[in-house]
Amino acid sequence: MTEWKRPLPTITGETMPYWEGCRRGELLIQRCQDCHEYQFYPRGICANCFTGKIKWVKASGKGAVWTFTVTRQNRTPGFDTGPYVLALVELEEGVKMFSNIVECDPFEVRIGMPVEVTFVKANSQVTTPFFRPAG
Amino acid sequence: MVDLRRAAAIVGIYEHPARYAPDKSELQIQAESVIKALEDAGLSKKDVDGLFSSSMSVRMANLSLADYMDLYPKHLDDTSVGGASFEFHLGHAVSAIASGRIDVAVITYSTLPRSGGISIGTGGAARLGAPRLNPAPDSFEELYGLTTVGLYAMLAQRHMHLYGTTSEQLGEIAAATRSHAALNPQALYRDPITPQDVVNSRMISDPLHLLDCCVISDGGGAVVLASPEVARSCRNTPVWVLSQAEGVAHQGAGRRDLMNLAAAQTGGPAMAAAGVTHDDFDMAMIYDSFTITVLMTLEDLGFCKKGEGGQFVSGGRIRLGGELPINTDGGGLSSNHPGMRGLFLLLESTRQLRGQFEGTERQVPNCKLALVHGTGGTLAARHSGGTVVLARD
Repeated sequence: MTEWKRPLPTITGETMPYWEGCRRGELLIQRCQDCHEYQFYPRGICANCFTGKIKWVKASGKGAVWTFTVTRQNRTPGFDTGPYVLALVELEEGVKMFSNIVECDPFEVRIGMPVEVTFVKANSQVTTPFFRPAG
Repeated sequence: MVDLRRAAAIVGIYEHPARYAPDKSELQIQAESVIKALEDAGLSKKDVDGLFSSSMSVRMANLSLADYMDLYPKHLDDTSVGGASFEFHLGHAVSAIASGRIDVAVITYSTLPRSGGISIGTGGAARLGAPRLNPAPDSFEELYGLTTVGLYAMLAQRHMHLYGTTSEQLGEIAAATRSHAALNPQALYRDPITPQDVVNSRMISDPLHLLDCCVISDGGGAVVLASPEVARSCRNTPVWVLSQAEGVAHQGAGRRDLMNLAAAQTGGPAMAAAGVTHDDFDMAMIYDSFTITVLMTLEDLGFCKKGEGGQFVSGGRIRLGGELPINTDGGGLSSNHPGMRGLFLLLESTRQLRGQFEGTERQVPNCKLALVHGTGGTLAARHSGGTVVLARD
């Protein structure tokens, strides 16, 4: 990905720590200090118990492909580069997140495949997490 | 819960025949449909006191439609949960009629994605219609190239992985639906196809092929729902609403098993409230944005066990003449799919329950009980489900 043509995230105070973590090369997720549940995507409340205090924690960055699709057609700019893998990755902490599986042949990806996070700089403000086969 | 069986009936319907309508506006198609549906019921403009609609592009859908048609409804509902919106509307309209707020509700919809050249299935982030992503969830998703078809394909992939479901089994759903479209002169695609044709069609997003995907058409229609008192004075045999149940399913903060559809929450309650069970249904209209939508919905409604959907749809069971004919108008897979299709599920089940095709192949013989299940949104991200049970006396 030499030039970032994909959509860019809108970053506000609510999600800022996540994107700052990405820039440092850390995948941050949220955990409630009251009920101890992890949650993803990040949000300003604990969606499980409503009463909890949200704490940002560093995820191990390891997980497995929960499911995926090799996308052959997407008319949004930035995705016309040939087949790519859209995946739901289940992190070791137990929450799932959307991502792409990169640095491998899209047709080699399988459900259950171990993956690890890798970061790609979109521009001077934004770095985003992707996943690659765990090596 | 209050017994709402037969608290309201569908008394008028109209499906706009247009599949490509570059010269019409959405409001025009809605208005033409409402007028025809009222005519079908034997009711008139002054009878309309409730208005239910949802739009992908008209802002404040009901307010705009009331203005366009010079209507002054007492009860308005723009519930917007994607393709299932109209199954939600129907349930809300029954409640409004049962409570005495209104006597006659109109549910209507139109959109024109075909003439607008809108890539609903493969448009990616453009499908959201906003250039700036909202901070969450879009900003955590759209960077990765989500498409509508991709979000269904992901669950198809996992279904195959867990249960051994095959592309041929999904293909049978498309082939069965096409065989029904052949009997519908208004259907967009009517040439017969085989499951193997589906498997051989171009891969769009693994494991879903082109013919696993619904068509993109323009279109619209309307349903008129009335209280039992009004229904008795109407022109047609009333088609009674026995029950409705609605629900949503989403990522559950990243913790949910996305293989469980909203249908698992709505099918049981809808059948219990109607006092019927799976074997009682003469037919079903199951939202078919993609073949996998049908297969997983049938499972989660409880027509078969989880994982056995591939087997269930095989052997002609879901074809006309089979045990449970589904999508007898040719469905979204072959007849029409103007962005959100839930309204058309109500239209076809009403036509079948009225016996409108009596003496032709398209008629489900002695059709007395129909199940409708609408799905809206996208399965792997967030979706809605609405189950409706309809009956004739």
